[in-house]
Amino acid sequence: MSGRGAAIFNRIAQAIPVVIGVVVISFVLTRALPGDPAVQFAGAAATPESIEQVRQSLGLDKPLPQQFMIYVGQLLRGDLGQSVSTGRSVAEDLAARLPASLELTLTALIMSCLIAIPLGVLAATRPGSWVDQLCRILVTAGVSLPTFFTGIVLIYVFYYLLGIAPSPLGRLDFIYLDPPRVTGFFLIDAAIAGDWETWFGALKQLVLPAITLALFTLAPIARMTRAAMLSALSADYVRTARAAGLGPQKVLYGYAFRNALLPVITTLGMVFSFVLGANVLVEKVFAWPGIGSYAVEALVVSDYAAVQGFVLAMALLFVLLNLIIDLTYSVIDPRFGTSAK
Amino acid sequence: MSFNRRNFLKASAALAGTLPFARVIEAYAASGDTLVAVSGQTINSLDLHRTGTNRASYQVAVNCYDRLVTFGTKEAPGGGLSYDYSTIEPELAESWTISEDGLAMTFKLKPDAVFADGSKVTAEDVKWSFDRAVSVGGFPSVQMKAGGFTKPEQFEAVDEETFVIKLDRPSKLSLPDLAVPVPFIINAKVAKEHATAEDPWAMEYLHKNTVGSGAYTVARWDAGQQLVYERNDKWTGGPLPQVKRIIVREVPSSATRRALIERGDVQVSFGIPDKDAAELDGKVTVRSTPIENCIHALCLNANFEPFQDPDVRKAVAYAVPYEAIFQNAAYGRGAELWGGEAEITDIAWPRKSPYMTDLDKAREHMAKSKFADGFETTLSISTDLSSWMEPAALLIQEAVGKIGIKVEIEKIPGANWRTAALVEKRLPFHLENFGGWLNTPDYYFFWAYLEGHLFNSSNYSNPEVQTLVNEALHMPMDAPDYAPKIKRLFEIAFEDLPRIPLYQPALNVALNGADGYEFWFHRQLDVRPLKTVAS
Repeated sequence: MSGRGAAIFNRIAQAIPVVIGVVVISFVLTRALPGDPAVQFAGAAATPESIEQVRQSLGLDKPLPQQFMIYVGQLLRGDLGQSVSTGRSVAEDLAARLPASLELTLTALIMSCLIAIPLGVLAATRPGSWVDQLCRILVTAGVSLPTFFTGIVLIYVFYYLLGIAPSPLGRLDFIYLDPPRVTGFFLIDAAIAGDWETWFGALKQLVLPAITLALFTLAPIARMTRAAMLSALSADYVRTARAAGLGPQKVLYGYAFRNALLPVITTLGMVFSFVLGANVLVEKVFAWPGIGSYAVEALVVSDYAAVQGFVLAMALLFVLLNLIIDLTYSVIDPRFGTSAK
Repeated sequence: MSFNRRNFLKASAALAGTLPFARVIEAYAASGDTLVAVSGQTINSLDLHRTGTNRASYQVAVNCYDRLVTFGTKEAPGGGLSYDYSTIEPELAESWTISEDGLAMTFKLKPDAVFADGSKVTAEDVKWSFDRAVSVGGFPSVQMKAGGFTKPEQFEAVDEETFVIKLDRPSKLSLPDLAVPVPFIINAKVAKEHATAEDPWAMEYLHKNTVGSGAYTVARWDAGQQLVYERNDKWTGGPLPQVKRIIVREVPSSATRRALIERGDVQVSFGIPDKDAAELDGKVTVRSTPIENCIHALCLNANFEPFQDPDVRKAVAYAVPYEAIFQNAAYGRGAELWGGEAEITDIAWPRKSPYMTDLDKAREHMAKSKFADGFETTLSISTDLSSWMEPAALLIQEAVGKIGIKVEIEKIPGANWRTAALVEKRLPFHLENFGGWLNTPDYYFFWAYLEGHLFNSSNYSNPEVQTLVNEALHMPMDAPDYAPKIKRLFEIAFEDLPRIPLYQPALNVALNGADGYEFWFHRQLDVRPLKTVAS
């Protein structure tokens, strides 16, 4: 147990230089981008004087090192700065939007895991069979259909033609009020409040975008499960287990699957962090107020504080995610923490 | 009624059925009272004066605040209604007089005008609001300056209901400039309570709260998602709106917005793409109003040698495939701006240029120029405006290729576009659009044809234009020498061609179950005249 504690501590210590690096790089990169926020925010009719006034009020007339020191000073006080385009503090914006993205992404990942992992296992145990072919078709379709396309097709069929799905208007239809905020996850908050009407309303809104995203994330997970299971099933220890006369279930799930899970978990972590930032297209199509569209909009108008806050939040999330994955490893594989530091 | 098991079950089912709806907005049941509008734009502030407030947020100033005066209403070209620049009507002011010399404007406020909290609208509130608009800098101050309002000393609250503005010079733009969204009247008493030493204009408070006397109040604002307007029944600025609650929902994807309006789940889809407008027309009500004083133009930068040659500029103007651009970039929405009479007889603007697609004439001019063998250049467009710029650029590229101008298309990301095109003015050959809020030709020329001004992205410089614009800018439009000056400006503009007009774009709005939509120059949704109708 102390070995695991030390490993966690190690991981966190290793994350510190990463975060510092992210702070520096995000600051420099936003400044290096083309586009002048003062021009952007001076509005439709601007004169050189009004652009200069805006530049001063945004503090962009100061030399870069000084701007950086101000930024770091704010960060140390836990202040991510003010977003010019939304007019709110970046921390407030992220707190409002990150749960929306997380709720969508997690639901989609749970859905795709529930389909992809059994499918991958079945495909690996019966290579060449119809299950394997189905797996291949799903994987190819999932990878080759862009998410915004799947999203629009789903809206067209289930909302426009059939009228089963609710209006694609974000997290809740306008007839509902947001549940009292505890976690920011509507499904959880509504359940805490015992408001099942809203819970159901939130779930209805969630289904189509989650399916869209699940179809996209299905592919890497199913592929990886299949490949990992195939190599595990042909490994020596499985042959030994079979030779020793263990039951097929025990061999499959007790030995092969447990070993195959490690690469699957790694893939899952990668897919999760990738999708969280990249589901901007799904967010746009379903008017989902998530973090991806926030970052893109901020980038388009050179809203420095918002972009930096987004990058930093993603970096912290990534560090946390890696930590969780490592911990999961140690549950699956007891060797972690003692030898595989 | 006997109390038995069946009745008990019925009663509890009914109770269980109503309970969850307590959390549902109650008036939705009577949907005639509620109207839902969708738009692709995001509202980022409730305060127009804040630095960084985007265009979509101007609608809050329009719907939740009043100005002293407003514009009238007229039939719009192409159906529907439009604001009317030529008539000024009272909003908060009951009446006004302008002194003989044109240097003092005296406004009498409506005696029964109250803010949404019930307190009386006084001249002190007007003064504080105007002081704020000229003092905060950035866009609001620039717009105030267009009407001749530059410093707080110009504004005086004589008594509770009398407000006087002193001008440095008489100008025809002063009164209309009071009807644009910028000089909106704020409840100064409430605002001052929230002002601090660092924030004397209560920017922080007004960013998230509306304290006006307008037709609606903001009942709810979820940034990035929706804005809910609630009618203010105490409004005195005009006839009370019919709809009690209006929900403006943000839907970024135009495909999703189209599905919503076609299904009739929303009643208004604001600012739809030209393509959707053309395809939805007939299925639902579509209003495509040509935007007044706004032109999509092809600009030739005078800092680049080939475009200094007048024959090259004319050759380009005759080579442009106007009709094809209008059909492919605008889907026929808007107004044509080519093939006009050579002789200028009136002062209508935007107007048809005397040019049309005529490759023979284009080649003739090209042969006469110093660049008879052609030249190479880049045609720049903005990725943010690619829906019209990209098809237009491709057609222009093909057409000028026929007269020996080899063009490469350069796409500039949105964040960099304004800097490159308007501030640095470093793009040789590019597409641009400018629309003036104040609907007079001289105002357009002021921004787009004077040296150093923001929208003169062609670096055009002509002392005669400079003199004419400066003389005409503040002159009343019925002054005897106004029209000759404007006609002369048109002649020069079409002769020198720093900007080749392509077409006048339209603002498209789809209505399904709503009526009464009115076009405004600020190109935002004025929700006040909207009505619900059975679809």
